[in-house]
Amino acid sequence: MTATATPTGHTGATKTMTMVAAINDALDIALAADDAVHIFGEDVGVMGGVFRATDGLQARYGEERVFDTPLAEAAIVGMGIGMGLAGLKPVAEIQFAGFLYPALDQILSHLGRYRHRTRSRYHLPMVIRAPYGGGVHTPEQHADSPEAILAHTPGVKVVIPSTPADAKGLLLSAINDPDPVFFFEAIKLYRSVKEDVPTGDYRVPIGKARMVTEGDDVTVICYGGMVEVAQKAAAAAAQVGIGVEVIDLRTLVPMDTDTVIASVAKTGRAVIVTEAPRTAGFHSEIAAVIAEEAIEHLRAPIVRVTGFDAPYPPFTAVEDVYRPNPLRVAKAIRQVMDY
Amino acid sequence: MVQCLAPDGSVVREDLLPDPETRLELYRQMRRARHFDERGWVLYRQGRLGVFPPFGGMEASQVGTAAALTKNDWLFPTYRDTGAALTLGLPIARTLAYWRTSPHGWHMPADLKVLPFYIPIATQYPQAVGAALAERRQGTRNVAMAFIGDGGSSEGDFHEALNFAGALNAPCVFILQNNGWAISVPTRTQTRATDLSRRADGYGIPGVRVDGNDALATYHVTREAVERARNGGGPTLIETVTYRVKPHTVADDPSRYRSEADTAGWDAKDPVTRLRTHLLNAGLMTEASEADLLAEIAAEFEAALAEADSYPEPTPAEILDHVFAEPTPQLKKQRAEILAEHAAPNQKEQA
Repeated sequence: MTATATPTGHTGATKTMTMVAAINDALDIALAADDAVHIFGEDVGVMGGVFRATDGLQARYGEERVFDTPLAEAAIVGMGIGMGLAGLKPVAEIQFAGFLYPALDQILSHLGRYRHRTRSRYHLPMVIRAPYGGGVHTPEQHADSPEAILAHTPGVKVVIPSTPADAKGLLLSAINDPDPVFFFEAIKLYRSVKEDVPTGDYRVPIGKARMVTEGDDVTVICYGGMVEVAQKAAAAAAQVGIGVEVIDLRTLVPMDTDTVIASVAKTGRAVIVTEAPRTAGFHSEIAAVIAEEAIEHLRAPIVRVTGFDAPYPPFTAVEDVYRPNPLRVAKAIRQVMDY
Repeated sequence: MVQCLAPDGSVVREDLLPDPETRLELYRQMRRARHFDERGWVLYRQGRLGVFPPFGGMEASQVGTAAALTKNDWLFPTYRDTGAALTLGLPIARTLAYWRTSPHGWHMPADLKVLPFYIPIATQYPQAVGAALAERRQGTRNVAMAFIGDGGSSEGDFHEALNFAGALNAPCVFILQNNGWAISVPTRTQTRATDLSRRADGYGIPGVRVDGNDALATYHVTREAVERARNGGGPTLIETVTYRVKPHTVADDPSRYRSEADTAGWDAKDPVTRLRTHLLNAGLMTEASEADLLAEIAAEFEAALAEADSYPEPTPAEILDHVFAEPTPQLKKQRAEILAEHAAPNQKEQA
């Protein structure tokens, strides 16, 4: 079996795009396709977003479809919930994932529960986009990775793309999903990667992992900003004859457990890479699933390469101590090989 | 403070009197709400209803406001706003089921835009802004109404919502029921502000203070606010000055935190008695016609209670229903776990 999901619905034509351009393209397509889609948040309108993800959209679709809100995250999410109840498709931008916290009451108390506590009389086809993660020397509190909080919230999906083509295809799937989706965008990847992205409306299904590289010796599971780090470590390992299978999870909720387990069953070794704090991160969930379902295949303990149990450091000189780099991942690969 | 009827039932503002049919309908809805509240206590003591927050004495605040809406408008009630929800048409049986912790209390009628009772304080306010804004964006004249208490008006979401609604000109009517207490905390401890309607000033929207125990006054000011919102005039904050004469919930003992002196005088301001006196004095109702009304209300309630009694208890696997449109692989696996664990006794293997 292969886990690589084939993007659907595109004509074969492609265009070279950065991730932020691919996100902008997806939002443009969604706005054009459905009048119910509304984009709102701080600075998303006139300015086009602090990272320019919504650039040009207000000019194209007007101030009612793409609009600036006052500076208040709880109300941005709460208002979005109300819009969703009343039949719109809200796509909210939270300026940085680290500023999501005022909205946690709305998210934990309502966003994931609405379908459940109305027996599907209401559902919330809402998307919340937020830039996350480090590696670009942002100021303090701008580099958080809070995905585990959302993954631990029943009723919401969590999507974290690592390539421009995936970002576009997954965001279009998220906007068209009947349930709430968190869409975290790695700041580090916004402009650092360019690739050919299918033009037009195409979808990458939510809940399917991507096989980045195939290998027989070690499985490395990662997502978002850590995929390129894992790829570099895998390339270094290949130089010394170690075959590394890099799996880009793409979606934390629902997680493509089958792909992870099949790979670990083949390699017998698992390294999990995220940039979130160590304790109770989503990497811990991945490790638990492997322990429950593939322990008889393991030839070495599961290793987590992660951030640390301290706030993300805004110190340029030592940021890389916290955020996993290819060397740390390569060491983990060596560790499970030598066990 | 806007007032139409004095506590003794005499008319102080002739110009605010709605037509006789409306006055009678407001009385009918208040009696329905009071009947629910009174029967609720009895049912709780009989073990036929779970812990619920009583609202007796606040009927004018809830009925007079909600009565200004149509079935096309949105209502965001808190856990204490059963009276408002019943007024707009939430079935009594569903409401009883809700306080029995049955999922049947979660089945919201398809022809109503009444949301299930809000439990986390103040979260309903920004959501009402969103629903109101969506109605405007979709070209309707429908509005959204949300309720909150004096305690809830300390929450950030309350202030964010008022600001958003003003800035976005959302057709919202915000009802702030100042009932004097947030569980055990009196309003004077809650805030230094004494006129909570003036909280609107900070957001550039109209604020109105009304006698919350005068159903004709609450109806009048709310109808004005609803009309303004329908016509594109934006949101209004209405403070209904009322009192929580009852405990916080049927399981609460208010003697731990307040004295008779605290509540003295509020029985004399009772909203049901006030409108009743007026209707009798104005010749709009007789003792006989009232007796008929009360018999009708009691029969309606008992029929609803019988319906609620007929709702089956949820099955174990139902706890995993309605999480997503399509259950995830994880949920499917967990459902299998529950089904295996809780198989019917006759399906269990004989030990």
